[in-house]
Amino acid sequence: MAMHQPVPDEVAAPAAVKLGRAIVITSGKGGVGKTTTTANLGTALAQRGARVALVDADVGLRNLDIVLGLESRVKFHLLDVLEEKAALDEALVRDKHSESLVLLAAAQAREKEEVDTDRMRALIAALRERCDYVLIDCPAGIELGFKNAIAGADEAIVVCTPEVSAVRDVDRVVGLLGNRFKPQLIINRLRPQLVKKGKMLSVEDVNAILRLPLLGVIADEPEIIITTNKGEPLALRRDGETANAYHTIAARVAGEDVPAPAPELRESLMDKLGSFFGGRRA
Amino acid sequence: MIEWMKRFFGGPTSSTTAKERLRLVLMTDHLALAPEIIADMKRDLIEVISRYVEVDRENVEVNFEQEDRVLAMLANIPITSVNRPAPPPEPPAYAAAPNVASPGAQAATASNGGPPPRRRRRKKPATQSPATAH
Repeated sequence: MAMHQPVPDEVAAPAAVKLGRAIVITSGKGGVGKTTTTANLGTALAQRGARVALVDADVGLRNLDIVLGLESRVKFHLLDVLEEKAALDEALVRDKHSESLVLLAAAQAREKEEVDTDRMRALIAALRERCDYVLIDCPAGIELGFKNAIAGADEAIVVCTPEVSAVRDVDRVVGLLGNRFKPQLIINRLRPQLVKKGKMLSVEDVNAILRLPLLGVIADEPEIIITTNKGEPLALRRDGETANAYHTIAARVAGEDVPAPAPELRESLMDKLGSFFGGRRA
Repeated sequence: MIEWMKRFFGGPTSSTTAKERLRLVLMTDHLALAPEIIADMKRDLIEVISRYVEVDRENVEVNFEQEDRVLAMLANIPITSVNRPAPPPEPPAYAAAPNVASPGAQAATASNGGPPPRRRRRKKPATQSPATAH
């Protein structure tokens, strides 16, 4: 297969091959931030010096290239590689910002059903030989696209927002994954003020149900929308609570013993007045 | 203002509602059963146990709890008497047993006199057998 062709020195596997980790980022439900999480976690891991490959497995709805700002550089995609129309090295797009980050984009005009599961598994195995981390951005749903995305992975990160529907879907996905993937949890789009007012499920509420190892919590920040608009992942920055949360999650993924990040409650004067007068929480 | 009043007097917040909805929806997801089946199961459970001991039917509690991704059914069934209301082996004997010694047991069987209407409609032969005995 094309992926076994010789590769340039700088990305070639060392003589004693230590396989990288293949981690699928999944959630079941759509729109919870899988792609944003993949882009930011990949960026944060690459900023630590790790060699990272991001694979967009969402065939038909290609987005990861947009979030990374790489859409104009994509020449070949996942299916081109799987169908041996392009060599893996031709298809890997080098990131603009992070030296050691590469992207394999999904096909936009194709369908998830066209992906061959065995070939997908072989592709991820080939990427593991040359990278420290292979992050696979899983499509929403639990059908064939999901099955192909998890095929080559050996770990899973599940992304969940503090909503009933998202928690229910993660619960289902974790059940489907089974124990093999050692799923870990990222809670995304948390709004601490709403939690305090009793208008949003808290981290504890979510994980009382899911009972998964918590990698970290990401706040619902306008900055994430802005950086996505620009195609520059927030994790390129080193300042700010949310950017730091991604770096801390990356450190935890890398095995560092640091506490899981959680957004702090920042209250305005009006919030304080409000909670003074109507502060009883049920 | 109404929202404010509700909060002041300790009404349930929407996150509490979300938590409760989530708990219930996952319970049924995990059981892969519809809620009415759980009610039927509770009734059948009481029926079976009443064959052996006398049960306080009004205060039977059946709950489902999740512990480390395992769902457990916890039944709290108060026993009022250990007198056997009827010989255990044959369910039809129990169903037609108004002549037992304990008056409590009599009341219990009397309240179970008519077949539950919902169960009749259900086309599940396995659960229907005691009801059809009537």
